[in-house]
Amino acid sequence: MSYRFFVNDDPVELEVPGMRRLLDALREDLALTGTKEGCGEGECGACSVLVDGAVVDACLVPVCQVEGSRIRTVEGLGSEAELSDLQAAFLETGGTQCGICTPGMLMAAEAFLSSGGAVGDDAIREAIAGNLCRCTGYTKIVDAIALSAKRRRLAELGTG
Amino acid sequence: MPVEPPVASPRSLAEAYALLAEQPHRPLAGGTDLLVQITGEPGDPPDRVLDIWHLDELRGIRVESNALLIGALTTYAELRRSPLIAEFLPAFAEAAATIGAAQIQNRGTIGGNAVNASPAGDMLPLLLACDAQLVAGKGDGERRIAAREFWPGYRQTALQPDELLLRISIPLATGRQVRYRKVGTRRAQAISKVVMALAWRADEEPAGAWRDVHLALGSVAATPVRAPATEAVLEGTEPTETTADRAASTLASEIEPIDDVRSTADYRRAVAARVLHRLIRDEGGW
Amino acid sequence: MTRVLPPGTKELSAPDALIVAPGIATPGRASPRGPLRREGPAKLTGVAKYADDLVFPGAWYGATIRSTEPHATLLGIELDDAFDWSQVVVVTAADIPGDNVVSLIRDDQPILVPIGGEIRHQAEALCLIAAADRGTLRSAKRHVEVRTQRLPAVFDPLESTEEFSHLEVGQGDLEAGFAEAELVVEGTYRVGHQEQLYIENQAMIAVPHAEDGMTVYGSCQCPYYIHRALKRSLQLTDAQAVVVQAETGGGFGGKEEYPSMIALHAALLARKLGKPVRMIYDRHEDLSATTKRHPAVIHHRTGVMRDGRLVAQEIDVVMDGGAYCTLTPVVLSRGVLHAGGPYRCPNVRIKGRAMATNTPPNGAFRGFGAPQTEFAAEMQVNRIAEALGISALELRRRWAYREGDTTPTGQVLRESVAALDVLEAAADASDFARHSEQTRRAREARQSSARVASGIGLAMGWHGAGFTGSGEVHIAGVASVELTDEGGIRVLSAQTEMGQGTKTIFPQLVAAELGIEEDAVEVAPQDTSIVPDSGPTVASRTAMVVGGLIVKAARRLRSQVEAATDRPFADSYREFALEHGGLRVDERFEPYPNVQFDDATYTGDAYPAFGWACAVARVEVDLDTGEVTVRDVVSADDAGRIIHPVLAEGQVEGGTLQAIGYATIEEIKLVDGRYLNDRLATYLIPSALDAPHLEAILVEKPFSGAPHGAKGIGELPMDVGAPAVVAAIHDATGIWIHDLPATAERILAALTGAPTPAAPGVSAPAPKRGAA
Repeated sequence: MSYRFFVNDDPVELEVPGMRRLLDALREDLALTGTKEGCGEGECGACSVLVDGAVVDACLVPVCQVEGSRIRTVEGLGSEAELSDLQAAFLETGGTQCGICTPGMLMAAEAFLSSGGAVGDDAIREAIAGNLCRCTGYTKIVDAIALSAKRRRLAELGTG
Repeated sequence: MPVEPPVASPRSLAEAYALLAEQPHRPLAGGTDLLVQITGEPGDPPDRVLDIWHLDELRGIRVESNALLIGALTTYAELRRSPLIAEFLPAFAEAAATIGAAQIQNRGTIGGNAVNASPAGDMLPLLLACDAQLVAGKGDGERRIAAREFWPGYRQTALQPDELLLRISIPLATGRQVRYRKVGTRRAQAISKVVMALAWRADEEPAGAWRDVHLALGSVAATPVRAPATEAVLEGTEPTETTADRAASTLASEIEPIDDVRSTADYRRAVAARVLHRLIRDEGGW
Repeated sequence: MTRVLPPGTKELSAPDALIVAPGIATPGRASPRGPLRREGPAKLTGVAKYADDLVFPGAWYGATIRSTEPHATLLGIELDDAFDWSQVVVVTAADIPGDNVVSLIRDDQPILVPIGGEIRHQAEALCLIAAADRGTLRSAKRHVEVRTQRLPAVFDPLESTEEFSHLEVGQGDLEAGFAEAELVVEGTYRVGHQEQLYIENQAMIAVPHAEDGMTVYGSCQCPYYIHRALKRSLQLTDAQAVVVQAETGGGFGGKEEYPSMIALHAALLARKLGKPVRMIYDRHEDLSATTKRHPAVIHHRTGVMRDGRLVAQEIDVVMDGGAYCTLTPVVLSRGVLHAGGPYRCPNVRIKGRAMATNTPPNGAFRGFGAPQTEFAAEMQVNRIAEALGISALELRRRWAYREGDTTPTGQVLRESVAALDVLEAAADASDFARHSEQTRRAREARQSSARVASGIGLAMGWHGAGFTGSGEVHIAGVASVELTDEGGIRVLSAQTEMGQGTKTIFPQLVAAELGIEEDAVEVAPQDTSIVPDSGPTVASRTAMVVGGLIVKAARRLRSQVEAATDRPFADSYREFALEHGGLRVDERFEPYPNVQFDDATYTGDAYPAFGWACAVARVEVDLDTGEVTVRDVVSADDAGRIIHPVLAEGQVEGGTLQAIGYATIEEIKLVDGRYLNDRLATYLIPSALDAPHLEAILVEKPFSGAPHGAKGIGELPMDVGAPAVVAAIHDATGIWIHDLPATAERILAALTGAPTPAAPGVSAPAPKRGAA
């Protein structure tokens, strides 16, 4: 069957079985390997992507359910030459070590920052509670998200 | 290893019913249980999957005839955001917040929780404690199944193979109090060791006697269960220390949890009793 | 976060310890805060390629058929006729051209169990299959039948009679010490398995070349270990076997030795098939089959005087190596050497033995034996402090090693001893004394109706830097700095990046020596056809040992070019290269001066230097449920010289959280020698909501033997986090937990006087046949 949706604003059409995991569609059919598989059971969050703005585990979403949806992956955040503000914050604070959790972590953080909710330590930690990191202890990840939030607020105030 | 069984994605309830009437299908809502099972389990995947995600008839929360109707496809995130839930059944939002984390809450549904029928299903004790009616539908109409009858055995539901769970109806009784507690290994993404919902109606004064006490637990039996002997201890009494002691010890002898990978029977028994005791103490204020 | 030094503080030279804030420069560090992570942008944008991201057109998928019994004779492997086997490649032990051995220390572990051979653990690899697509592979897997004859299994290391190694170290006269002692305290401590839980599963892709060669790409810490294993078992030459490290999503020791096994599996399939084969584990297989931290049982008998003097330590360590030797003797060795804790004791004897059981082989995990034995040591110190009525902090002040003291192997700690510095730094930053007083008062005033109890706990530790004894001499690592023909600067070593920052600090060190920009220094890929064997990326040796080689190599390069050009290196090197061509300087490891160790008697300088650490943890215990919330942890760690403060903090923070998981929720249960916790839903590590506020205090007590003064930092934090948490649980509740992890089940049982749950680390027997 044929399914159509958007990935990082690009329209995509895939001829795949409906139960194909979105994770496999991204990594194999679309060669977008930025999204990672850590467990295949929705526990680690390494495969987190945004579907219509909501952060989900791509290992648990079948392609038949994203018909018409707008998917955002790490490839849609920024590039090496031009990191997004959030990616730059991670780089500055040291929020990335081995990097395998990073793409999923960025997507969860992005969803949280875009939701406009209050940004405190607890709220940030709850927002990334579904993204396991084994390297950092989370401290510098939380620092990065808080830093990015602060900069976004300042940018808004600056242009307001 | 990922596996891809055939799937049909009906766009209407009528279409869904027709497909179910032809052949057995495994229903797929948010995928947070089914995809894990399909990918992970070594046995055979389902022959056919019915993707119900596009059935908007199964969405929405509304009040109707003194009941709160929650669509089967209501996600945990939606429960947390719903003003109706906040007003009438805040314990449901509290419970939804303990499930998984953001990713799971955006996709997992209350209907999926009920139909997956895990003994550890986090919403299920609340459904039992609140006298929920689970509304099932098929081609020729709907029927209501009481929560008490919905889980007849381990990982089984009372649904017929050609039925879909459409919505859950919770009667709204004035003065009804509901409390929820989940004990898990960590603060997010944890299957419960013990999960409990306690509901009652208090007589006029704040410290009045409790009526229509419902106590339901998960993770202590093959299905979510009520605790009738403990309910009997609490029925008609005020939340005093004596009552709490008796209720706790009754609960400890009433349930028969097991040892498993997550916890031990001893722990579950002790914690269920202690958590109940604490709930009653918090209400009694002593 | 580190404490900021008061204004006007001058840099202190060795041997004084210095507490380092990120913005302050010290000698040996090129820039105050450290450069941004070299490969950070690639990781942040999804561009970095981990093994499963690599694409090899035409590659097949590989899978492993594994035993489902802990001990059995393998009678046969049958391929069901009903399946079309022409679509599948099957590899058994018979297909191995060279030795059927995973080359490590003992040569006891087969790559695949041969027919007629002995299966020694659950999930042991029996044969391999590969197919062009995963559907066929999955189907094929279910059509392989394994015939076995079950044998009795041993699960308890205390009951095992098969020993991998034993060891004894000691000083003084134990009998005399105990005779003198006024109080003797005994304790038995048990620690269970722990899974490294790198978020990227084990993965290897083998690509055969036309002329009998094989290149293996994958997730690993030690490309040359794999290289050696491939040469031996596939009968390849140095040049024919090529190992290329892909971006690696975490290792922590779990990718030290196991990758050799999975690489061999992929390579055998690829060799038979003649096409690339992808062997990518899913989480279930990774959890079921790969190495874990060694469980241990540690018995302490300690003699003290009433005034607090430590006079006798008798310690007995038993480790469970699992079914095969792997690196067990080295884990035991490190465990034993650290078992007394960082304390001077005139009469000490430490014995250790590592035993075999029919469980999957255990292996390297951050700390490598020391977290196990230092947990026991610290709990013992705390019990003694309480028995004597002396504070946990004060007792350690008195007992801690000072410069000039002697260790159980007879090593005199001549320099770089920061025990008291880290102790005071952690106690100070956490306001330990004041909080202890508060918790004591709260405990005394506590009503029986209280729901929550708060506690604060402290633990100290030490960690020998680099390989034990003559390990580094045997490795004889080589690292190089090269001025290329085009005028570029390149560092060549086999040290792998897995998040700890190798690719960032090596350019930093080289740039500092050469007087050039960090960005001008390239790091050659960890490809055995390109870089020399600088040794494995383990044992906290990368910054200290290999960093040291690189610094020396850079210095030699600089002096050679400056001698030729008579101008500063930075101004002349490009010109030099264009005129004369490139110049490569190889630096081989030379033994540290005045470091002598006798392998036969295990006496002398076990390590060239030690790192020192102290952690203070604050916890809350839910008295209804036994659940522990770790609120914050301060960890003060001395690593000699902090080359990159942000990266160093990252190691302390990450290591501390792994230690917290070890102490609380990372429990593994076994039945019939099989791990029950074989999915991420059942093996739990801390989430961001479980993680406490973590504060790292970086302390510098440089080691003169290293050209840049650096010791290691990767493993040190792992030695102190767990006992600090368990000490805090004791402080909150009065209960002593002797088993790790200190789960809610164990805590509640202790609080209520209920029977203690089963000891960790030992498998329950198989369920009886016919049971429901």
